[in-house]
Amino acid sequence: MQSDDVIWNTLRNKQFCSFKIRTKTQGFCRNEYSLTGLCNRSSCPLANSQYATIKEEKGQCYLYMKVIERAAFPRHLWERVRLSKNYEKALEQIDENLIYWKLVPLSKKVERRKKRREEKALIAAQLDNAIEKELLERLKQDTYGDIYNFPIHAFDKALEQQEAESDSSEDEEDEENVGKREFVEDDEVDESDLSDFEDMDNLDASSDEDQEDKSSSEEEQALNTKHKDKAPLKGPQQRKRAYVEIEYEQETEPMGKTKAT
Amino acid sequence: MAKAREKSGDGGQKRLKRKAAAQELPEPAVADDGATEGGVQPPKAAAFPPGFSISEIKNKQRRHLMFTRWRQQQRKEKLAAKKKLKKEREALGDKAPPKPVPKTIDNQRVYDETTVDPNDEEVAYDEATDEFASYFNRQTSPKILITTSDRPHGRTVRLCEQLSTVIPGSHVYYRRGLALKKIIPQCIARDFTDLIVINEDRKTPNGLILSHLPNGPTAHFKVSSVRLRKEIKRRGKDPTEHAPEIILNNFTTRLGHSIGRMFASLFPHNPQFIGRQVATFHNQRDYIFFRFHRYIFKSEKKVGIQELGPRFTLKLRSLQKGTFDSKYGEYEWVHKPREMDTSRRKFHL
Repeated sequence: MQSDDVIWNTLRNKQFCSFKIRTKTQGFCRNEYSLTGLCNRSSCPLANSQYATIKEEKGQCYLYMKVIERAAFPRHLWERVRLSKNYEKALEQIDENLIYWKLVPLSKKVERRKKRREEKALIAAQLDNAIEKELLERLKQDTYGDIYNFPIHAFDKALEQQEAESDSSEDEEDEENVGKREFVEDDEVDESDLSDFEDMDNLDASSDEDQEDKSSSEEEQALNTKHKDKAPLKGPQQRKRAYVEIEYEQETEPMGKTKAT
Repeated sequence: MAKAREKSGDGGQKRLKRKAAAQELPEPAVADDGATEGGVQPPKAAAFPPGFSISEIKNKQRRHLMFTRWRQQQRKEKLAAKKKLKKEREALGDKAPPKPVPKTIDNQRVYDETTVDPNDEEVAYDEATDEFASYFNRQTSPKILITTSDRPHGRTVRLCEQLSTVIPGSHVYYRRGLALKKIIPQCIARDFTDLIVINEDRKTPNGLILSHLPNGPTAHFKVSSVRLRKEIKRRGKDPTEHAPEIILNNFTTRLGHSIGRMFASLFPHNPQFIGRQVATFHNQRDYIFFRFHRYIFKSEKKVGIQELGPRFTLKLRSLQKGTFDSKYGEYEWVHKPREMDTSRRKFHL
């Protein structure tokens, strides 16, 4: 049973290898089949059961290959293929023969460099911010249409477009806005208290309820799905729930929906 | 003293600049101390900054010392300059000039001549006639086959499953030794529009081949940093069947543009906004980060996102013109590390 690692351990660590020549800094391999002349784990013909090299004999280039299946037959261990004198044809021949060859592993240096670059790129990317920005852009561009009805947003939109129709509904909204969390101070409340998605559902739900003319069955359905899909967030966000709930109770109109708070 | 003579022998140049007084005083103290004292001494008295370049000092220890002193000096100067600037800024108050933007790799990026200008007609024409035109014209809808290399292990299998939940209209089939070349005609016959092969090495997925059928381009990516759903912290519940939205960030060059369109053509045309799911492909410095989130608008200026699906990083290795063919394919772009990775400011996507 031939194990490359065992062979390498035997040959390398100061144990004897008859092909090895050591200088002060480097080890060299005198083996005629060695690809580089250095004594390395990856270029030792003895310690690699699958190995290939190119040798020149009497002006002819030969491709020598060794595979593990023939490890039991030392006489037939190396398979020799004569290469064409034409450089390009020779390259093709090599490719042909080594088509199913084990790929040379990437060097550690390159791997490490890539990993570091990837990490740096990840930090530079600031993914969360980028995604949030993009989503807000899309909201502004009105790609979502009527699904989200934020009072301020709707107010601006209405200002720009048809003021006649929406005026009455806007007034309603304005009055309701007074109690809404959308205000600046209340936005802070939003940040901390309403980061719990379940409560977000309630917020959206209540805001939709308040704008009765806007709520459609589609939205109710959406809300339902929102409600189901939310995973409860943990820890610190839950703490603030109590404060928010008070506000909800003030504003929630019973619409026949049960909310688990 | 022997030491004095020795010193005068070595640091001849420095000696010349020393004041005689300074030389006499410290010497008795130095007599017993070793070379360290002797080494520390001369620089204090020597003229600084030296009239000659520090690199010309032959003695390594002294050279090092001089260099250290020089560096400290530089730091002091820099600090002083910063403080001065800050004071000036405060003094001016509102009238102070805006702060200079720090240089980053991304804003120092070498300008790529293939950067796409949104108004470019040629690009628009190309895109209208390329292989993805049929998708963008709504003539075909995506149907994707996800498979792996032979004998996949646990992680790869799970990644395939999770990918198929992220991409609606995808089917996972496992290969048992079937050649890709044979699979492709069968796929085309069954109306698949895309083929994804996840390559595996040592039980982890490490490569991804994305091939547009029937004869579309094939992109080969290196996959890294795979996080399956259970490994993502603070994630939400599993994604629903709704078609997600897509975000493609930073695909600026022509190559980036075509890759971006490749990704876009995997997803159904009309995202279902009800599902509030978004798949993001964000390109940064040639690394494409894939994320899958659920979003919720808390107000018109705030949005919260919660990560759901798997996440991984892709790096493009090659882009081939036809379908997958490693030997005879015509490569549109190949990543050559030795040539292309030499500059830290040059990116290709």
